[in-house]
Amino acid sequence: MAEPFFFKTSLRLIQMLGIKARNLTELLEGIRMVPLSSIYYHTHRLLYQQLALYPEPPNDFAYWICNSLNIKELSESVASINIIRFDDIEELRNQFFNIINDYNMKERPVSIAPEGQEFHFMNCQTFVLPTPYIANNIKEFFEALKMVSINSLYFHLIESRLRLRKGENDFSRWLRNIGAEKSAIEIEKLDPYTITLEGLRRNLLAKIKKYASD
Amino acid sequence: MPAIKEYSKIVGQRIIDELYLLAEKIGNKKIQNINSTSVGGGVAEILLRMIPLLRELGVDVHWDVLKGDEKFFTITKKMHNALHGVNIEITSEDIEYFLMINEMNEKEINLYGDIVFIHDPQPIALVNKKNEIGKNWLWRCHIDFTEPKEDIISFLESYINQYDKAVFSAPAFARELKVPQVLISPSIDPLSDKNKELEDDTVTKILERFQIDKNRPIVSQVSRFDYLKDPIGVIKAYKKVKQYVDCQLVLAGGGATDDPEGMRVLQEVKDAASDDPDIRVLFLPPASDIEINALQRASTIILQKSLKEGFGLTVAEALWKGKPVIASAVGGIPLQITHKYSGILTYSIDGTAYYLKQLLNEPEYAKKLGENGRNHIKNNFLITRHIRDYLLLFLSLYYKEDIVYL
Repeated sequence: MAEPFFFKTSLRLIQMLGIKARNLTELLEGIRMVPLSSIYYHTHRLLYQQLALYPEPPNDFAYWICNSLNIKELSESVASINIIRFDDIEELRNQFFNIINDYNMKERPVSIAPEGQEFHFMNCQTFVLPTPYIANNIKEFFEALKMVSINSLYFHLIESRLRLRKGENDFSRWLRNIGAEKSAIEIEKLDPYTITLEGLRRNLLAKIKKYASD
Repeated sequence: MPAIKEYSKIVGQRIIDELYLLAEKIGNKKIQNINSTSVGGGVAEILLRMIPLLRELGVDVHWDVLKGDEKFFTITKKMHNALHGVNIEITSEDIEYFLMINEMNEKEINLYGDIVFIHDPQPIALVNKKNEIGKNWLWRCHIDFTEPKEDIISFLESYINQYDKAVFSAPAFARELKVPQVLISPSIDPLSDKNKELEDDTVTKILERFQIDKNRPIVSQVSRFDYLKDPIGVIKAYKKVKQYVDCQLVLAGGGATDDPEGMRVLQEVKDAASDDPDIRVLFLPPASDIEINALQRASTIILQKSLKEGFGLTVAEALWKGKPVIASAVGGIPLQITHKYSGILTYSIDGTAYYLKQLLNEPEYAKKLGENGRNHIKNNFLITRHIRDYLLLFLSLYYKEDIVYL
């Protein structure tokens, strides 16, 4: 008998590191030295603040490079880093560093952010809380998915996989454990980085519905 | 005061459930807020609304007020201005007096909280008691500053660095401090008089009272009469648009009648508006929240053409009402508006005029901006988010790890 699924939720307290960057060199220095929780914050903030589908780059580095340094080409490269491919934030840090560093190594005019538009490095402390929702089977899981907050979806699909270094999302792991391999694979295929969290809920429900009604 | 369940109709029960979960984890820890006034001003306003909600959630929260005299508050007003970058002399006698009042309060105020939560500079030196009594100490800075005068910030930093954490409202206010700095944005209360839903009839009556035609587009800016809010720039932008689109302009705001600069700005605004009967300049008395609410709700487009801004919560208030907002990209405004998605960010009078004309001519696009703006405020700048951040802040004093399992 597999363990029930205990839905949890996560909330974040944002901390400012007092480190700021005015140009790419300073940005690189910051990316190199800040704690991993800061890299996580700047690559996920827009997702959990429900701004994922803004017509703007999906991470703070790309957004700042585009809007404050006005370097569109580099911004696009940084925006298109496929975060779901990474299981480790240190590797993610290196990827950001390398792409920006390669660009910065070439001789070009230096872009400086206007006063007041500096990049401020921050990080976040995550608090994981239990929720009252528990699923013993896929039917209950389907019902609970309708009820939990989007913070809970974010935690199980994104934060748990990358920040807690579990390698895969919690939903797929549990579904696999109860023998629902097909649904586990379907959820694995979702890219939560290109969809709003409410959109993600709709997608999840659509995928689980057919298994829940069997 | 509205009960917490009233907010679930706005943000959803799931968000309120999470607040209850967090509050439960705080347990029976006593939170003691200390500021310098129980009425008037932004800090008292937010505490008055937040404390009953925190208590309803089960948090043992209290509020004490520092005692000071007129001389003390004149000095703290000077400190406030210096933090805003105003060139103002704060003498060593001023500092001595400031510290003396703090010392007197150290003796008088019973510091019973497990967490002593100090708001703004006035009671900052109470932290001198920390070595003697222990406890957890938080300093919350509600003042918006980006270029504070060095001597005053250095003086304050010698106290801030004794706290366990300091809390600021925007990333730009972060400093190199010895203590952790937390970012907690300010918020608006969707159920306050300034922001609650109003009956159409109430709005209509207020428009009639101010002789504003509800059948033609209304462009408005709600701000105190201050050069930094650029009301003259607003009139110039409006006049550029008025040549092509029939509309009215409402400039509404309050201010102290004993503030000579405010009165001078008001007179200049009246002079600049005198040749156009479609411009209404409204100098509103204190406690005009319902009027401001109605004017914003009646507006077709809302402007905030500030030259300098702190956080700029008037933008959040306008967006919350689903209005398309055109605002300057200064201070905390870019945190509230993403250009061309949840509003318009501008840098000049010409830019403001250009987008104003565009939005008046394209009401569908304007409507979409307003809808997106309202959602952004709902998710990030309402009092329920502020309460959640405070609860997390209190918990963070007891849990140091990056990831905390409660």
